[in-house]
Amino acid sequence: MDGIGLLTITVLAVFVGFEVVSKVSSTLHTPLMSGANAIHGIILVGAIIVAGQASGPWVLAVALLAVVLATANLVGGFVVTDRMLEMFHGRGPGKALSTRDRAKAVKDKAEDRR
Amino acid sequence: MILFDPVWTALLYLAASVCFILALKGLSSPRTARRGNLLGAFGALVGVATVFLSVRLDNIPWILGAIAVGSVVAAPVARQVKMTQMPQLVALFNGVGGGAAALVGLLELAHADDPWVRLAIVFALLVGAVSFAGSGVTFAKLQELMTTRPVVFPGLPVLMAAVLLAAVGVGVAVVLTGWLPLALLLLVLGLVAGVLLVLPVGGADVPIVISLLNAFTGLAVAASGLVLGNVLLLVAGTLVGASGTILTRAMAAAMGRSVAGILFGAFRGGSTAGSTAVSDRPVRSSSSEDVAVLLGYAQRVIIVPGYGLAVAQGQHTAAELAQALEERGTRVDFAIHPVAGRMPGHMNVLLAEANVPYESLREMGEINSEFRTADVALVVGANDVVNPAAKTSAGSPIYGMPILEVADARQVVFLKRSMRPGFAGIENELLYEPQTTLLFGDAKDSLTKVLAAVKGL
Repeated sequence: MDGIGLLTITVLAVFVGFEVVSKVSSTLHTPLMSGANAIHGIILVGAIIVAGQASGPWVLAVALLAVVLATANLVGGFVVTDRMLEMFHGRGPGKALSTRDRAKAVKDKAEDRR
Repeated sequence: MILFDPVWTALLYLAASVCFILALKGLSSPRTARRGNLLGAFGALVGVATVFLSVRLDNIPWILGAIAVGSVVAAPVARQVKMTQMPQLVALFNGVGGGAAALVGLLELAHADDPWVRLAIVFALLVGAVSFAGSGVTFAKLQELMTTRPVVFPGLPVLMAAVLLAAVGVGVAVVLTGWLPLALLLLVLGLVAGVLLVLPVGGADVPIVISLLNAFTGLAVAASGLVLGNVLLLVAGTLVGASGTILTRAMAAAMGRSVAGILFGAFRGGSTAGSTAVSDRPVRSSSSEDVAVLLGYAQRVIIVPGYGLAVAQGQHTAAELAQALEERGTRVDFAIHPVAGRMPGHMNVLLAEANVPYESLREMGEINSEFRTADVALVVGANDVVNPAAKTSAGSPIYGMPILEVADARQVVFLKRSMRPGFAGIENELLYEPQTTLLFGDAKDSLTKVLAAVKGL
């Protein structure tokens, strides 16, 4: 692809990146950071290309190191993010409760007590 | 092997890119977060499968072996890590990603004839190395392999400036000549710059730096995408770079800090340096039994968990205490400050892991008006996030940071390790108020004692 095409994609991706996370609650800052962290593990694709076209043993060795590191980033990143979010979803709809649902839950609890 | 037509490759990369965008979008809302993450993983799978089917690759057994090694090392660690140690694991994964981006850039130098491509390589190399080394230092800080306090020494700013200038000079030389030894030198300079960047940052600000380095890695990956002409890397890296920047700013704002202040504050002897000054004014300290009585006969208790609770790993004990109080008929809520714990949102994860029901985890904006109806506000290992100085003293380093209004509660109980000020290094006037009681000790030990005493009431 030509330079202008790549530049266009880059600029648009910047705006999409700004936009998609513009309204995130602070509760989700950590999982979001972790998820974004996993996404840049896609550098694995670059590492695979470099390793697959490596000419000498040294180049191959360094490229394979990059593959190992990138895989750790990608796989570990998604797994640890999923574990964080599992905590959020393990019991009930949790944060997805609307204020009214929450008020009802509190009222139910109070009634249980009586 | 039959390879895909370039059009199919482009379409599959496009599909993977869309998955990544939707993943970030999903991760921004609690309801869709987990699905978003899985969608991101699916996009990554599509991307990796596509590269095998669309590029002529040698050494495929080696590559598959390396992928297996990376997965076998990372997945179990990610599965088994304690939730309190999760921030440093994220730092570690971020660092290795930056390292991989730097190595890809380095190896592509031999094929780069165009100076523009070499410019992208220089960027990937430098930023990837900064991210790798910086993440390594943040890992060491969070794992407490080194001091969590800011490390500053005379001449640090000068050294940092010298390293950056040298990096720019060497970078220009690499762009012009493409000479490999110079690129290696640039790599080393990037590593040194990464270490110097993070050393002066204090413990509680480290998460923000992780987020910043996360954005850096994204940019390094985007640059690698430019080098390889790979649209997927370019889009994914740019997305992470952009969203990571916004996220870093949002995190800093939630702590009432600026990113520049966090990175360079210690240079100016500013707030991050903290202080250990201890005032000798009288405070009311009491025993765990007294605290238990206070809690046990209250109708409404709001627990404010903080950094100290996370460090002491007292979240399970806090949850048990809440349960014991609920059984006695006391209503207990947890008031979560946006930056409580070791990372924004970390406290929610820790308490959710300890089986605290969701209805009890309340966000700051929601619960602040309820403190005035609370009999007791129990502050466990938190300080700055409840410090009224954030509202009242304009000169204070935390001035303007939103706080939890614990002062409105009838009684305030602080479980604290010592009178040492919080991370921001400023005194908390609330500790000297007549309605305040202090119980000194490790958060987990104190909670255990109070819990035992409550059960004995």
